[in-house]
Amino acid sequence: MADRPLNVVIATDCGSTTTKAILIEKVGDVYRQTFRGEAPTTVEAPFEDVTKGVLNAIQEVEELSGRKILDGEKIITPNDGKVGVDIYVSTSSAGGGLQMMVAGAVAAMTGESAQRCALGGGAIVMDVLASNDGRAGYEKIERIRQLRPDMILLSGGTDGGTVTHVVEMGEYIAAADPKPRLGIGYQLPVIYAGNKDARPRIQEILGSRFALDIADNIRPTLERENLMPARHRIHDLFLEHVMQQAPGYKKLIAMCGAPIIPTPAAVGDIIERVAKKEQINVLGVDIGGATTDVFSVFQKVFNRTVSANLGMSYSISNVLAEAGLENILRWVPIELDEQDLRNRIKNKMIRPTTIPFTVDELMIEQAIAREALRLALDQHKLLAVGLKGVQQERSISDAFEQKASGQSLINMMDLNLVIGSGGILSHAPRRVQSMVMMTDSYQLEGITRLAVDSIFMMPHLGVLATVNEKAATDAFEHDCMVYLGTCIAPVGQGKPGEKCLEIRLAGDGLNFSESIPVGELKLLKLEVGKSAKMDATPAKGFDLGAGKGKALSATIHGGVGGVLIDTRGRPLQLPADRKARVGLLRKWSRALDLYPEVR
Amino acid sequence: MAHAYTPGLRVTRSALIRKRRILPIKGTLLVAEGQTVTATDIVARAEIPGRVHAVNIVNKLSIEAGETTRYMKKKAGDEVRKDETIAENNPLIKWFKSAVPSPIDGKVESVSDVTGQVLLREPPKPLNLAAYVDGTVVEVIPGEGVVVETHAAFAQGIFGIGGETVGHLETIVASPDVDLKPGDLRPEHAGKILIGGAHASMPVIRRAIEVKAAAIVIGGIHDKDLREILGKDLGVAITGTENVGITLIITEGFGSIPMAQKTFELLQSLKGRKASCSGATQIRAGVIRPEIVIPTDAPAGAGGKEGEKEGMKPGDPVRIIREPMFGRLGTIQSLPPDLTKIPTESHVRVLVVRFSDGSTATVPRTNVESIES
Repeated sequence: MADRPLNVVIATDCGSTTTKAILIEKVGDVYRQTFRGEAPTTVEAPFEDVTKGVLNAIQEVEELSGRKILDGEKIITPNDGKVGVDIYVSTSSAGGGLQMMVAGAVAAMTGESAQRCALGGGAIVMDVLASNDGRAGYEKIERIRQLRPDMILLSGGTDGGTVTHVVEMGEYIAAADPKPRLGIGYQLPVIYAGNKDARPRIQEILGSRFALDIADNIRPTLERENLMPARHRIHDLFLEHVMQQAPGYKKLIAMCGAPIIPTPAAVGDIIERVAKKEQINVLGVDIGGATTDVFSVFQKVFNRTVSANLGMSYSISNVLAEAGLENILRWVPIELDEQDLRNRIKNKMIRPTTIPFTVDELMIEQAIAREALRLALDQHKLLAVGLKGVQQERSISDAFEQKASGQSLINMMDLNLVIGSGGILSHAPRRVQSMVMMTDSYQLEGITRLAVDSIFMMPHLGVLATVNEKAATDAFEHDCMVYLGTCIAPVGQGKPGEKCLEIRLAGDGLNFSESIPVGELKLLKLEVGKSAKMDATPAKGFDLGAGKGKALSATIHGGVGGVLIDTRGRPLQLPADRKARVGLLRKWSRALDLYPEVR
Repeated sequence: MAHAYTPGLRVTRSALIRKRRILPIKGTLLVAEGQTVTATDIVARAEIPGRVHAVNIVNKLSIEAGETTRYMKKKAGDEVRKDETIAENNPLIKWFKSAVPSPIDGKVESVSDVTGQVLLREPPKPLNLAAYVDGTVVEVIPGEGVVVETHAAFAQGIFGIGGETVGHLETIVASPDVDLKPGDLRPEHAGKILIGGAHASMPVIRRAIEVKAAAIVIGGIHDKDLREILGKDLGVAITGTENVGITLIITEGFGSIPMAQKTFELLQSLKGRKASCSGATQIRAGVIRPEIVIPTDAPAGAGGKEGEKEGMKPGDPVRIIREPMFGRLGTIQSLPPDLTKIPTESHVRVLVVRFSDGSTATVPRTNVESIES
């Protein structure tokens, strides 16, 4: 699709807490993000009208930019000098986002495909039901009844295969008769994207009770996944049904010059574009208040997962519940009383908009973030897998290294770029804090570049790309991505002080040559846009990407943080003794100048 | 700056409170507009569809799925009794006869010739929706519910557990900074909404359950005690359905924190009055805070109606809601427009708070809440 000619764009993302507006203007031949504003989201009582928050956020942009954008509650279009904009676009995750239930015939096959389809469409998956999910029929029905999803995706069977299992799931859904989360009197949308031979029967079972929509099978054959048609239907139904029930969205839809899309779908779109353009493996994370989204493109395959209850405010207490206190404490470089930490975490949960004021509080939040990031990636690895149930052709050589189908696609050694987003990463007071949080939680391996989204504008750019790709790409490259630098981390284990890495870095003002022992963190300055040539030889037992003990040369890119050399070993092991651990964390903090007051 | 909006907890002596009482599914309304109701009156009723049981006839009778209808003794819509035969085969030799009994009393929901499944549904269960507060029905939403209006004193807590309850208010400490002790709770507190001070420990909560108190309203509790009450770590703050034998409302936060003077004085002054309260809390996607509604005869004063909150301005009373000055009260001295560097090195919007002793502190705007009236 050709780009729509635009000079001035106002874009908003209606998040669960905050509505963020950005102004994008064409400066010369390049689109730049120029001003931003934000205001509390107003989906909830007493306002119950999402457009109020949108207007407040745009009003802030008006005040900062001097551009008149609003005429009362209307957005002035088109742009005429210092008045108006050419288009208004928006994403939304307010009111809990898009919440879906998915069903498939076999859990590991169509169940997983359906889950990937819904997640890629920007949904939170409340549950995955399948014929073989281990639950008895009545248990499945009870579960469907309890859930109040915004939408259901039903898949199952390959085209021309057996219809029994998918029809059975259809019967369960009909019997449960689930009610939509929003709006008491409207029909719940159900997308059927399974065996095409079962369509008449599914129509018969579900057609009269639900807003049934038929899409192409998401798994037409065992060897092929076809997620896009159903994903497009998810977006359409999200607009046609779900958003029509949310407070103020009818007005918002009318204000927009392009369809509103769910926030995570827009972020996923941008990350996929980056991976495609650069031909690299990318991992993206958006750690929000309620949820953490993980996006990956490995071997050109896009995956998205959302950990619905891992986040830094609303869900902060769930990070504690899932990770356990000890796992959080292992990252805190100060002595803390358990009861005090528990109460602090709960107080953040009940007053989610507060921010750390002291350095101790900042350290605690960043420790919790490490665990949320770690857990979310663990969940992502389970779903970002190759297709299961696929027959593989094997040669004689493969016979010695037989791998089951459905292996995780996420190989940290092959990862080229990590992009972090969300307040705790994007707004960390020192950029190196974001670098170390991601390095710790993901245990980066080999050579990995790190970046953050400067002001969380990936959603805006994702939706903008649907109307003008150049505008989105320009703003992404110039204003969105903040390159932090590169992490160099050999994989292996050794005792502190033993030899780990011989490294030489030269170029663009950097001249460094050293033998670095096990157990160190070092940060070298190498500015954004600059690069250095690396020649490195890991010690026997350590692998930097070329194999254990094998030398490697590569170009290393700089950033606002610099080059982080991490010889702490992988998997990273911290002392079990609390005092020893705190001492070590402080040593590393000092080495990186991580916090203002670590003595 | 378009808005400096920080929602606060509402604590007011006089307000017009409207409670939407909505059924989870469509049902029947039992009251009319203009009718006076008490908190325990049933205002609407719905029939919650019964549980569904799946019986696979194919496996039980060793037949093909396509033959299911042929072997059925009952058809969709028929009533069935428990153990009544719903399907049977008809072999040449009677000895091989098999019958499938109904596992429940109920109805045949559907019979499938594709899967061989028969779905049976239990009879519906009635769901009664109470008015929750004493008041007047001011609006009926056909098939869905009603709006009950009342003139009341109203106080919101910050977090609670347990559902809606009704009782008379009882203050059992002299001041808001006193911790409750198990010995403070006596048998005569059965059915009462007890107003405490700064903290309720686990022995206090156990004692309150033992004396059958309806609810405790308290400044704070420790998280470890919440975990003990619930039997698990609470992950996400969506509460109200816990069945722990009491409704618990905390007004300030986790830890031992004196109840705000204003909240305490209000509740103390209404000692003996009938009140409705709920521990239901939802901090994500639709904020619901726990509350105490104490109907009064007086009409709501000016500005007492629920409505939009104004932005903050100098002179407004605020409470600091984050360490290191958590719980301190003051008034806004100024709202500097520029971003200001705080000890974490973040640059954020701040305000300057003046305390009663004349001292001042610069605090992130997000770390205070308005004290509303």
